[in-house]
Amino acid sequence: MHELSLLEGMVQGLEEEARRQGFVRIHQVRLEVGRLSGAEPEALRFAFGPATEGTLAEGAELVLLEAPGTGLCRACGAEVEIGARFDPCPACGEGFVDVTGGTELRIKDIDVE
Amino acid sequence: MCTTCGCGQADLRLDGKAHAHSHGHGLGSDRGGRRRVSLEESLLAKNDALAAGNRRRFAERGILALNLVSSPGSGKTTLLEQTILRLQGRIPVSVIEGDQQTSQDADRIRATGAPALQINTGKGCHLDAHMVGHALDHLDPTEGSVLMIENVGNLVCPAAFDLGEAAKVVILSVTEGEDKPLKYPDMFAAAGLMLLTKVDLLPHLRFDVAQCLAHARRIRPDLQILRVSAQTGEGLEAWIGWIEARRAVAQKA
Repeated sequence: MHELSLLEGMVQGLEEEARRQGFVRIHQVRLEVGRLSGAEPEALRFAFGPATEGTLAEGAELVLLEAPGTGLCRACGAEVEIGARFDPCPACGEGFVDVTGGTELRIKDIDVE
Repeated sequence: MCTTCGCGQADLRLDGKAHAHSHGHGLGSDRGGRRRVSLEESLLAKNDALAAGNRRRFAERGILALNLVSSPGSGKTTLLEQTILRLQGRIPVSVIEGDQQTSQDADRIRATGAPALQINTGKGCHLDAHMVGHALDHLDPTEGSVLMIENVGNLVCPAAFDLGEAAKVVILSVTEGEDKPLKYPDMFAAAGLMLLTKVDLLPHLRFDVAQCLAHARRIRPDLQILRVSAQTGEGLEAWIGWIEARRAVAQKA
């Protein structure tokens, strides 16, 4: 599952961060998840337990900060919010929308000790 | 998955040999109390940094690296065999084969005379930049060559994992659905070229080519699309021409 491999990569990065910054336990992870990031919030929540099991983030709380997908319509030039990459422009109903935001999948911060 | 760090690479194998890579599981000393650490880091930051390293290696040696992505069974390996045969004596080609299990694909490629390295990802559903970096150490592609990276058959995960390639080539066969570009938009949005394969079968199918291309262009209006058949050779010259043009750019860079 896509979300599981993403979170496994994240945990590996956090293990390295722990060595650099000298913390041994993670209590909370706050993730920014864009609507167009390709990762599903539900699947991230589901995979977080297995991905962190036996690591310094085991039992941590996962907080998802969801961001909308945004784009610029090629036809009418409007800045719009879109739910999926191939959605037509909700303003004019016609144009192709170039994505400008909502693709992020980023660790905002972590609560550690 | 590696049960200590969860790195997901414990069952990674290169040409059948276990992946020997130190993960450094030791933890730093506890410097005290509970605190919030701001990271603002992409989940893919580590992969992206390794991919940038691979990309530098390709640029230094004028190598064109292509990341071939598709569903299982789209005909990637057969197309690769035919591509290698047509480039033979003109451009050296080497291949990294990604599959969860078996080395059959690498064996097929080697039978054409091209060097190939098999990566078995175990449970992993995609290649990542770390695996490809290790494969480069073993395969050592020659200067000015073309490196084909055949990703694990999967239209989801490989879209997110940059390997350091010059372009992703998404392969869709006419025995699949016309609507795959809409179902897997991230992959089609990330692709630099789409190959519609097995077009020799079209007379026997109800596959609507025009609709498929329209779906793909709904995701990427400027997506270049070539129709090919590894069986009849249709469209392969255009594909070879595309590779040669991209290779010329890679060598000038």
